[in-house]
Amino acid sequence: MAMKYLDITGVGIEFDTNGSKFRALQNVNLKLDKGEFVSLIGHSGCGKSTVLNIVAGLHRATEGGVVLEGKEVSEPGPDRAVVFQNHSLMPWLSVYDNVALAVNQVFRKSKSRVERKQWIEHNLQLVNMDHAMDKFPGEISGGMKQRVGIARCLAMQPKVLLMDEPFGALDALTRAQLQDSLMSIQAELGNTVIMITHDVDEAVLLSDRIVMMTNGPAATIGEILQVKLARPRDRLALAEDPEFVHLRQQVLAFLYAKHGTGQHSEPALTEREQASPKLAAVQPGTESDSRRHSIAAA
Amino acid sequence: MSDIVLVTAADHRFEQIQSLFNSQRLVRGLLLPALGILAFLMVWQFSATRIETSLGQFPGPVQVWEQASRLVVEHKSERGKEAAFHQRQEKRNIKALAVNPEATIKKRRYTGKPTFFDQIVTSLLTVGAGFLLASVVAIPLGIVCGLSTRVYSALNPVIQIFKPVSPLAWLPLVTMVVSATYSVEDPMFHKAFLNSAITVALCCLWPTLINTTVGVTSIDRDLVNVSKVMALSPLVHVRKIVIPAAIPMIFTGLRLSLATGWMVLIAAEMLAQNPGLGKFIWDEFQNGSSDSLGRIMVAVLAIGLIGFLLDKLMLTLQRKVSWDKQAVLR
Repeated sequence: MAMKYLDITGVGIEFDTNGSKFRALQNVNLKLDKGEFVSLIGHSGCGKSTVLNIVAGLHRATEGGVVLEGKEVSEPGPDRAVVFQNHSLMPWLSVYDNVALAVNQVFRKSKSRVERKQWIEHNLQLVNMDHAMDKFPGEISGGMKQRVGIARCLAMQPKVLLMDEPFGALDALTRAQLQDSLMSIQAELGNTVIMITHDVDEAVLLSDRIVMMTNGPAATIGEILQVKLARPRDRLALAEDPEFVHLRQQVLAFLYAKHGTGQHSEPALTEREQASPKLAAVQPGTESDSRRHSIAAA
Repeated sequence: MSDIVLVTAADHRFEQIQSLFNSQRLVRGLLLPALGILAFLMVWQFSATRIETSLGQFPGPVQVWEQASRLVVEHKSERGKEAAFHQRQEKRNIKALAVNPEATIKKRRYTGKPTFFDQIVTSLLTVGAGFLLASVVAIPLGIVCGLSTRVYSALNPVIQIFKPVSPLAWLPLVTMVVSATYSVEDPMFHKAFLNSAITVALCCLWPTLINTTVGVTSIDRDLVNVSKVMALSPLVHVRKIVIPAAIPMIFTGLRLSLATGWMVLIAAEMLAQNPGLGKFIWDEFQNGSSDSLGRIMVAVLAIGLIGFLLDKLMLTLQRKVSWDKQAVLR
């Protein structure tokens, strides 16, 4: 088997909650090419964030592992930058300084002071936030904060950009704007991206592949859907595109027909809640084994 | 031309005053506090006239005010005496030098009784020194405890055991240790000063330590994760993320520390006869003149006022240091 850019192999994780073991993930296999955009979709509490955190190095897999460009992931690092759902900017630093904190860390040795300054400004321009460099996070809107969060990650020049429901907390219009921004940035820079989402349209619009996860406990990859829509993609034109509609239908069918639990309207669980067996969505009698055919199909 | 300017300026000011009087803020900011103080003075006066002690009637507001003015007068006259003493000494020395240029001249310090205001200064210096000493130890230690659950588990029993100890219980031990270990020629600090300052430090330690620890442990998980992803060095992590995030809690601890430190100091000074406001009160109590209760009451009010001002000072400092300028600080 040829070496892939990012290789997630046989990953499973078990959390220890008050002495009792809880298996959140089991046998997750996923391989990404360089420049590929992959979405993870699934119900709340199915362990999407856990997968992302394992790739980021914030969680350690109980078994299996992640290899990025031939090197095993053992700890967090700027080559796997994470965009968190609630922007996670330091409220005491200005927009510029938030990006500068990352840039000064990553390019401490390789770039001069002037180069770093230009690099920070360049990345803020990329997300159209160069007009608010001296503002503080408390002074800008949620969408703007998320733009800065993305700029901070892009500025680290990560090998993989990890996005944990990056637009989940935004209103529909802002979300659409940011999706378009992200698409054009990714087209320009060719980033490799793993994005978690709850939004079916978002997944189809942005991704090259959509990874659909079964419900926990012991969640795993259910199906992988190839999205072969031509780029650049235009949301208005696609809305009527039969291929788009079909793909959308397939994702919905997986989520609601095959793996619907009747609990999908509940609010998203936090990471800590996901780790708790009491709160995780219970899925009786999964037929996930039969569905693992498409794993590593690429 | 200038007349017109004057008139409009006057008009403007008049409007300002008018709007000020109309505003709710005036009622809440001035009128209600004034009413509260007035009510307190009335209750005080009413009860004071009904309390007869062996040192005469309990002082009411008027007597206390008289004593306060007398303390000011005493302070001024003491300063006058001191100036005169230094003048006499200067003259003597000049004369001695004129007779014999080789003469060894003596400069003696004035050894008059410290006035009420001297004692206030002494107390402020002592509480400041003790508070600083405690903060310098407690803040870094609190940050370490907050960052490492292991260090916290190791230190927690010690903290829990010593936290409830009244620092006055330490006082005899501190006194003995200081007199045993601090025996240099021409010491920079008085032993009494050190005793009081260390006692204050021992009680200032805990609130700052505990609140700093809590502040550091309750940093947003996401921000800690961001720091991990950026692979910030521990030092940068502490400087750029931990300290700004914990500043509000650190200040809560510092304010609690300073408030208890100030209370404890007065008690320590009374108990150990160390110079300061506490000693002033104790001396007046032992003195037992008919003015004593009034003078003690002046000291009580001064202690309260200074405690209040110290807290205000910390709040101002917090506003300067904290990034969250919108935070409502009480």
